[in-house]
Amino acid sequence: MSTDLSVKIGSLTLRNPIMLASGTVGYGNEISEFTDLNKLGAIVTKSLSLKPRKGNPPQRITETPAGMLNAIGLANVGVEVFLKEKIPFLKKFDVPLICNIAASTIEEYVECTRILTVEETIKAFEINISCPNVREGGLIFGNDINAVAEITSRVRVATNKPIIIKLSPNVSYIAAFAKAAKENGADAVSAINTLVGTAFNIITRRPKIQNITGGLSGPAIKPVALAKVLEISREVDIPIIGIGGIMDWKDVIEFMIAGSSAVQIGTLNFIDPSAPGKILKELEEYCVKFSIEKISSLTASYIL
Amino acid sequence: MYIINAPVEETIEIDQSIYLLKVNAPQISSIIKPGQFLNIRVSERVSPLLRRPFSVCDVDGEHLYLMFNIMGEGTHILAHKTKGSEIDILGPLGNGFNIDGNYKTAVIVAGGLGAAPFPYFTRALNGKKDVISFIGGRTRDDVITYNLINVNEATDDGSRGFKGNVVQLLQENIELLKSKNLKIFACGPTVMLRALKDFCIKNDFDCEVSTECAMACGFGICQGCPIESTNDQDKYLLVCKDGPVFNIKDIVI
Repeated sequence: MSTDLSVKIGSLTLRNPIMLASGTVGYGNEISEFTDLNKLGAIVTKSLSLKPRKGNPPQRITETPAGMLNAIGLANVGVEVFLKEKIPFLKKFDVPLICNIAASTIEEYVECTRILTVEETIKAFEINISCPNVREGGLIFGNDINAVAEITSRVRVATNKPIIIKLSPNVSYIAAFAKAAKENGADAVSAINTLVGTAFNIITRRPKIQNITGGLSGPAIKPVALAKVLEISREVDIPIIGIGGIMDWKDVIEFMIAGSSAVQIGTLNFIDPSAPGKILKELEEYCVKFSIEKISSLTASYIL
Repeated sequence: MYIINAPVEETIEIDQSIYLLKVNAPQISSIIKPGQFLNIRVSERVSPLLRRPFSVCDVDGEHLYLMFNIMGEGTHILAHKTKGSEIDILGPLGNGFNIDGNYKTAVIVAGGLGAAPFPYFTRALNGKKDVISFIGGRTRDDVITYNLINVNEATDDGSRGFKGNVVQLLQENIELLKSKNLKIFACGPTVMLRALKDFCIKNDFDCEVSTECAMACGFGICQGCPIESTNDQDKYLLVCKDGPVFNIKDIVI
């Protein structure tokens, strides 16, 4: 028996539910040495802003129990260089390319989308309203439901391609944000971005990362991510892309059961850049073993 | 770049709490250059989660040697690896030292565990250049001279060799150094590199330094290891991909 691994995110059909998360694959070139990008469901670029961003000074990352804190600060080449220098490489692959956009103002989100939507290699946009590591934009938007509504509706006008709103877990009621995204024209939401955290050096009494706080990722956040996905799934009718500490194929299944249509692999890419390919293979074996004809049937198959 | 499970041959405590781990890794040992590094996953568990970067200390046929001290949980696990167990190695990573060139004398300058990459460096020179090593540490136990040649030692407290830091020791030998057609290769703590940069600029010595920084992936995707460039203030260089070896003039220390 063969399994149909394809999933739908709004009007976008992916050959399987395995996506690579923004900020964990750069612009695809390094990780392509370890994982065959053509086998994946989709890849999401590092956040792009209108102009290049230098990012935060070191130290940007630190390890925590079963996780890591990062405060990269959206370091990226900017939209123009991306189109000129990064797209030619990405064009060579037959994998849906999703551009993640980060901005300091609503106008910047719109402008980035408007410029990038012309490029046919780009199949969808993921709007980053939830970066915890920059002062302007980022989490300020992610915490403000009116801002989320306005960004979504304004970006909606700028492109016909699917829009995914990447939600912050640093809110008390995430379903309300998913609802605002849906009502303003988003095709899907991705959940979750990193959780705000910090760590101190007990000798120097200084924070271990220069930005003081950073975004927590890795297996440590998986239960939180699952709960947020479940909350959205129970209350809002919108495709969910589950993210948060996926380390193996079992985690993928768990995220799908909790309500995800697809998933993104993030921190794991830093540890084992060949893992996405392995997970995909094991996922297929699981489906065959348990006679799952369509992997999409797992989505929101929870029994509560 | 490879990801391999390398069998551990042995773990040796070469000095007080300084360990040398010998692994069999022919794919990597055959191509790695002095100054390049490896990113090592010490266990399959989710904690400690990230790989740890180590410079390659020496290469002998199919074998790689890593030098480290016990800093935390990761290095504690590594120090207790026994023959027959395996470690997961990603590498070789980054850019190594440029050992070719018209200079005649390679001057090694290292502080503490900064000595780690230089046994292989010395071996790779293969007698084609003269080597003088200047090795510093806080006290006598911090001076690591394993497999180094022509060693001049310095300690902050004077308990071994010259009393003072290693850059002061260079200054003591300035006439000798100036008489040589030399290139300096260095690795060590930030304060040492900062003083060394001033010293090299003042005396117009060519110098390459191996830098370090907390990092996750080791090959450019996490963007976790920025270092300020002297040539372009609008963007950072990455220690893992643009380095870890830089010309000392190209980075802000």
